[in-house]
Amino acid sequence: MSSEQEAESIRCLVAKVGLDGHDRGAHVIARAFRDAGFEVIYSGLHKAPEEIVQAAVQEDVDVLGISILSGAHDTLVPKIMDGLEEYGAKEDTLVLAGGVIPEEDRPGLEEAGVSAIFGPGTSIEETIEFVRENAPQR
Amino acid sequence: MDSDDESLLEALLAGEHRALARVISKIENRAPGYRDLVSELYAHTGDADVIGITGSPGAGKSTLVDKLAEEYRDRGETVGIIAIDPSSPFTGGAVLGDRIRMASTVGDMDVFVRSMSARGTLGGLSTATADAVKAMDAFGKDKIIIETVGAGQNEIDIVRTADTVAVLVPPGSGDDIQTLKAGILEIADVFVVNKADRDGADRTVQELREMVHLGEESGPGGGGHHGVGAMGGGGDDWGATDDGDDEDESWTPPIVETVATKGTGVERFIDELANHRTYLVDSGTRAEKVRQRYAEEIRTLLREDVHSLLETELADSGGVDELAEAVRQGETDPYSIASDVLAPVEACVEHLETGVEHLETGVDGSSVE
Repeated sequence: MSSEQEAESIRCLVAKVGLDGHDRGAHVIARAFRDAGFEVIYSGLHKAPEEIVQAAVQEDVDVLGISILSGAHDTLVPKIMDGLEEYGAKEDTLVLAGGVIPEEDRPGLEEAGVSAIFGPGTSIEETIEFVRENAPQR
Repeated sequence: MDSDDESLLEALLAGEHRALARVISKIENRAPGYRDLVSELYAHTGDADVIGITGSPGAGKSTLVDKLAEEYRDRGETVGIIAIDPSSPFTGGAVLGDRIRMASTVGDMDVFVRSMSARGTLGGLSTATADAVKAMDAFGKDKIIIETVGAGQNEIDIVRTADTVAVLVPPGSGDDIQTLKAGILEIADVFVVNKADRDGADRTVQELREMVHLGEESGPGGGGHHGVGAMGGGGDDWGATDDGDDEDESWTPPIVETVATKGTGVERFIDELANHRTYLVDSGTRAEKVRQRYAEEIRTLLREDVHSLLETELADSGGVDELAEAVRQGETDPYSIASDVLAPVEACVEHLETGVEHLETGVDGSSVE
């Protein structure tokens, strides 16, 4: 590995927000991102939107992946997006959502600023590819 | 510095957290222009207390740092935290997990937590960390805490970027021979036996006490030989022990017991950190320490630059893979390759050396006058 190679790294925050207490999927994603050479910060369970925003801003992440299984995405995700906007971080952060998100809720999330939604059954490779292609150039 | 960087610097100095985050990213990425940016930062630094915290994995560093930050915030001080985790030597990827345990101060932007990974480079982490500390210092953070696993020399270099180094020792971490081994125990200004409510904590405290005591007696003339002097300027200390009043000047690392999950012992820990700070200032050791640190920064920077020069040189001569293959085939050996690659560099440096020598004689000459 040359010294140039590791100079820049894609930084991702894998976030669990709200009340659902199941984060196996988030662990799998974190591990896969790590193996893809990304720097992954995992938020831990039961985070409030403000905590996610704080972490995303301080860590200056390129990508924010939000995992939600509880069905509360309609209220929580927009709160996160508003928070990012407040710190001027909305336009150059790639926001992804994953977990159990019904088809009819997708347009609303996309309107809020989520770039892609990866439901159950999405392959990890697909997700990584998407991040590589769409991570913001700063 | 271009206008973007100028406004970024302005925003940082004005206290915008996102600007601080951006500047640290630039530092980590070695983004174009980052050096000018850091150079500018120096003028605004020097006010923060920098505290290094290290210890083996699972010692409870992050939890203690969290409680430390909470206590400092209660006292009205702002806190910056740099949490360092290793990166994969294969993919360069990393999971930076220390942030999870820092929950006491959530929602409070005046605790600024930044996770950093090693990113593999030789000495690169120490430079990046030292520069990130500069950024937080210039931003106006009162306390800056660097947290890292004390696994190798690299990590030891990093915590030594701090004014005061605390080493966490979990209960039951080996027999008393472990405390005699060289390494992280030597760099401690304060020892913390965390998880002090567990079995074996008393014994660990006892063993540390013996070790500290042994260290006190081992110097010639019985003078103390701890802290800063033991690291680099040690030579002076050995001579100075004869005149007796060195006793007042030496620092004996205190041993603090904490239970980080409950916050027990955190206040005492903070007091000891403050005591060490006072000691550094009163004894005049701080100036020496700061000087040593800058010397180390200069060295690291030079080493890193030379390293990247050589990488370019390697790439020009066909890349390291081809050379390695040649060694595998038995055509040559690493030593010959190293001297071949270095030959032109060496020639240049020799030329340069005369220039530096000139400077030295100049300085010597003027001091004689």
